[in-house]
Amino acid sequence: MSKQNPLRPSATFPLEVLAEIHRSADQGIYEIRGFGTKRSLPNFDDLLFLGASMSRYPLEGYREKCATDVTLGTRFAEKPIELKIPITIAGMSFGSLGANAKEALGRAATGMGTSTTTGDGGMTEEERQSSKTLVYQVLPSRYGLNPDDVRRADALEIVVGQGAKPGGGGMLLGQKITERVAQMRDLPEGIDQRSACRHPDWTGPDDLEIKIQELREITDWQIPIYIKIGATRVGYDVALSVKAGADVIVLDGMQGGTAATQDVFIEQVGIPTLPALRMAVDALKDLGMHRKVQLIVSGGIRTGADIAKALAMGADAVSIGSAAMVALGCNKPVYLEDYQALGTEPGYCHHCHTGRCPVGITTQDPELEARLMPEAGARLLRNYLTTLTLEVQTLARACGKSHVLNLEPEDMVALTIEAAAMARIPLAGTDWIPGA
Amino acid sequence: MTQFDLARDSVRALNQRLHESPEGRWLVLHPDGRHCIAAGVDAPVEIGVQGHVGYYCAGMNKQAHITIKGSAGPGVAENMMSGSVRVKGNVSHCAGASAHGGLLIVEGDASARCGISLKGSDIVVAGSVGHMSAFMAQTGRLVICGDAGDFLGDSIYEAVIYVAGKIGELGADCVEKEMTPQHRQSLADLLSASGVEADPGSFRRYGSARKLYNFNIDHASDY
Repeated sequence: MSKQNPLRPSATFPLEVLAEIHRSADQGIYEIRGFGTKRSLPNFDDLLFLGASMSRYPLEGYREKCATDVTLGTRFAEKPIELKIPITIAGMSFGSLGANAKEALGRAATGMGTSTTTGDGGMTEEERQSSKTLVYQVLPSRYGLNPDDVRRADALEIVVGQGAKPGGGGMLLGQKITERVAQMRDLPEGIDQRSACRHPDWTGPDDLEIKIQELREITDWQIPIYIKIGATRVGYDVALSVKAGADVIVLDGMQGGTAATQDVFIEQVGIPTLPALRMAVDALKDLGMHRKVQLIVSGGIRTGADIAKALAMGADAVSIGSAAMVALGCNKPVYLEDYQALGTEPGYCHHCHTGRCPVGITTQDPELEARLMPEAGARLLRNYLTTLTLEVQTLARACGKSHVLNLEPEDMVALTIEAAAMARIPLAGTDWIPGA
Repeated sequence: MTQFDLARDSVRALNQRLHESPEGRWLVLHPDGRHCIAAGVDAPVEIGVQGHVGYYCAGMNKQAHITIKGSAGPGVAENMMSGSVRVKGNVSHCAGASAHGGLLIVEGDASARCGISLKGSDIVVAGSVGHMSAFMAQTGRLVICGDAGDFLGDSIYEAVIYVAGKIGELGADCVEKEMTPQHRQSLADLLSASGVEADPGSFRRYGSARKLYNFNIDHASDY
């Protein structure tokens, strides 16, 4: 290559696009992978807090109290969920995750006074025992769903959609369907398990309202019922969830993670968490239900700043999935040869679907799973959750708030026109909210 | 026998009593199409429902033996674990959806998606079933004494379907299989247990071709 004639890459066909076309031509099938979207999207980094000033009085950092407790499910349930921190652990299935990882999530959540969530595949004894507050998902597949577990859950979460694949069902490739996973799902070992994208016994919001009534009857109206939606037509979906009788709405933006989904689904379907959250809060306010039906937002939450901004926009809590796995060791630079065997390296790994997770999280292989012992993993996640909580409190105090739920939109400005339009937060240095 | 009149009291009150004091025999009067009647019962009680019911009657039933002397709305006996549910009339769509155990008997006809996502229950339909019945059925048996609508057994796993009448069209990966003497005996026992009179020799057996169990590009058009 001469200096006078440098190689010129194509903007239309960059290296990763060329590689994907070559792979498609070789294999004749779409790429299936884990993790979540890798494209750049408007997100909470595009917002900033203003902090206190002459007209706002800050709280003293290490002396004045800034509460973090939150109550979820106050609308109909006899026993709402009381959490010490507004950060919950998202639903991740046993099957996609190993039993040790599920137990670690439960132990950490319990230690921090928050909840964890089951996933497609049912409730394991390990996670029930390790989780003081456990949300039991009711998914289209209904794998492992049974009335005993329904009644020993602390809340139910009807999963309508997931941010990584709204409109799509679950997928667990055959290499992860071990004897125990197969038994829990009433399926043969080793087959590709394709969960349905629609529930088997209801087809729309009117049916869902009766379905929720059934679940309340079975649980004697004791526990909250959440509805989880993937971020798409958020305004309609939130209104219909309220109408159907949800106590809590879980809104999962397109940055939400997955254990195995088609890449085209992950990258091309849904809307980012930032506009989705604003649309959900608008819908709740229009109905007079903001703070009455609680809102949990998920999808790309990584830092205390993300959480503080979500709360300031009107969420009651957040949920973390991918970030919790990263805290457990996902993509950590250890066991490098195993990353290489997968054709990847730390920082780039999205091979949850293979069952060969180098750090023992998304695997059913006993040898790999032994790399993540529940107590050690729980310690890591507790530390991370503690850090997140401290960060949220730091920002809330700086804005003069004695409770993190007192954060509000006017505490923030937007850095970009896109974020200003999506979040309906004024562009920094202006009063301008595009589209408002 | 405990009588409970839904013209005087609520479904909530009925279910609360069935959950707290589940003993003996019950007769539920005036159901009048109400939803979620006898949902979540977990005891070996006998419950008679004197009329038509709405959605999700006997949902997640465990141990109870429930007889509906009328027709049932969508999702009757959904996710049943054990016990039995007998419907003297017809049933709407998604009867026995995702049911794990027990026996559902429909003396009339069943609408679409009967036995969808079936996970181990037995369902015997004396009449005919609608389209997409046994869709993604995993284990268990669906017996259809009449005809079956289109796409029967679409994407079926290890569940077994017996049909005496005509089939509109089989669903993806669902094929006819040999009716062995063991299958005929198994079917005869199930018909006997359900109290439905039919000649086991008149049935054909259907199940999974297992071509879609692991993705194969040569089968892409089957999906």
